[in-house]
Amino acid sequence: MTSSPPAESEGRVRRSRSDSRRGDSIFFNLSRGSGILLLVIMAAIAGFLAYRSWLAISKDQANFLTTFEWTPDAAKPVFGIAVLAFGTVVSAVIAMAIAVPVAIGIALFISHYAPRRIAQPFAYLVDLLAAVPSIVYGLWGALFLVPHMAGLTAWMDQYLGWTFVFKQTQLGVTPRNLFTVGVLLAIMILPIITAVTREVFRQVPRAHEEAALALGATRWEMIRTAVLPFGRPGIISASMLGLGRALGETIAVATVLSTSSVLSLHVLDLGGGTFAQNIALKFGEAMPFGRDALMASGLVLFVITLLVNGAARLIIARRKEYSGANA
Amino acid sequence: MAKRIDVSGLSAYYGSTKAIEDISMTVEPRSVTAFIGPSGCGKSTFLRTLNRMHEVIPGARVEGKVMLDDENLYGSAVDPVAVRRTVGMVFQRPNPFPTMSIFDNVAAGLRLAGVKKKSVLEGVVEKSLKGANLWNEVKDRLNKPGAGLSGGQQQRLCIARAIAVEPQVLLMDEPCSALDPISTLAIEDLIGELKSQFTIVIVTHNMQQAARVSDRTAFFNLAGVGQPGKLVELDDTQRIFSNPSVQATEDYISGRFG
Repeated sequence: MTSSPPAESEGRVRRSRSDSRRGDSIFFNLSRGSGILLLVIMAAIAGFLAYRSWLAISKDQANFLTTFEWTPDAAKPVFGIAVLAFGTVVSAVIAMAIAVPVAIGIALFISHYAPRRIAQPFAYLVDLLAAVPSIVYGLWGALFLVPHMAGLTAWMDQYLGWTFVFKQTQLGVTPRNLFTVGVLLAIMILPIITAVTREVFRQVPRAHEEAALALGATRWEMIRTAVLPFGRPGIISASMLGLGRALGETIAVATVLSTSSVLSLHVLDLGGGTFAQNIALKFGEAMPFGRDALMASGLVLFVITLLVNGAARLIIARRKEYSGANA
Repeated sequence: MAKRIDVSGLSAYYGSTKAIEDISMTVEPRSVTAFIGPSGCGKSTFLRTLNRMHEVIPGARVEGKVMLDDENLYGSAVDPVAVRRTVGMVFQRPNPFPTMSIFDNVAAGLRLAGVKKKSVLEGVVEKSLKGANLWNEVKDRLNKPGAGLSGGQQQRLCIARAIAVEPQVLLMDEPCSALDPISTLAIEDLIGELKSQFTIVIVTHNMQQAARVSDRTAFFNLAGVGQPGKLVELDDTQRIFSNPSVQATEDYISGRFG
């Protein structure tokens, strides 16, 4: 007991506003302030990017969206994002295609299959993967993954070459290609997707799992009936976090990918580029105008990320009444 | 449908803790048997041993025999998944799948059993919802989420889901304890109708409910905290509530303890 109420206030409903509501108003203003700050930061980034981009794009002597080359500092500035947008999206798609199923598998193993004494250390190990700096992934990718991808690349060319996408048109080149980048990115985004989906799977109410089991579901059927549908919004959110990292990853991509301004639809062919990698490689030597051009490419990446996140929100909102949040 | 349950010498454990000890009883087909007793006496645990749901908890195990007609549910060749298709269960809190529509909830068990034909599913869903006295309330919104129904409706949806796979036995673990009196009455009426088709075992904390719905009543008790629960007596409900043969039963139903 720190204080006792004054005798005259005993039994009265009204209390003086100033002392009893101060905590409320402080926290209200703090949280509102944080919210406003976020909007201001977003607006500042978008405005800055848009302004500098406009400076560059208005002087571009070629179509900004369809041009392959990136030579903004030449006498006649020509630059476009076609190669970068293609490389960014394709490597991210490859990464997601590999990482999401594997991450769901690991998360299910930790949350529903592994005995507890294995699950805990295993979960910790996965979290640890997320703590590895991207430059380390980049070095590992360049020194270990690239040499070891040659066999897989040849195998894919031989057996999946008919798909066109996995056709290799150059022979005897190192696999410093978009596919290798996709594999590396998959490994990098695996821990974050695993960690989030694992937590979501753990939230599935025991009552729903037992409902499925009592209907005669096997373990896998229980997971398919109760766990995966309940975890669906979480899986989407987790994938978006991973995708965000894959789209924006810079240094690991720059270390592994062999830069070229050739747009090849064959992902096993040498070269390509991504927005972030291109900015990292060119920013140091760029003239002021070249820097503005790089900002313009950054703006495109910003917009792509916003669109993808918006699409994910829409997918989640569309099935809101089935989310289980009201159960 | 509806089979006789014959339990002999059954004990259940959570890890090294013995939850119930040496229970033997017979449940007649097409009857309602109520389990009553103070909290922690193991009546829910015992109920869950009847469809092998006890063992889904890590470290849980069972000793003894549960015969369903002439088949031992704990026989070495018996698949627990198949047992649960034969012995259905309704839980304390209504637990419709939140990600599924009303239709899909009722059809869930059939889909697990591999039924894909839409006409078959539609027929069974209608029959089960009618059987659970819910059809008239939901027939116009079968593709709306099951979680949007009221608590009592959700529980009847869960009963419809359980009876859709045509089990032999229906286990109910305090099915009305989360419901208001009117919804409770609806479930009790439903139990009276369902017993013409199923063998029903219901755990309840509400002694009036046991007296209203059951033909036979089993009283469970435990000697003290940390002691395993035991079956004290099983008799016709009327007899248990008017003239029980064990003093502890009389003390419990007359409210002297528990």
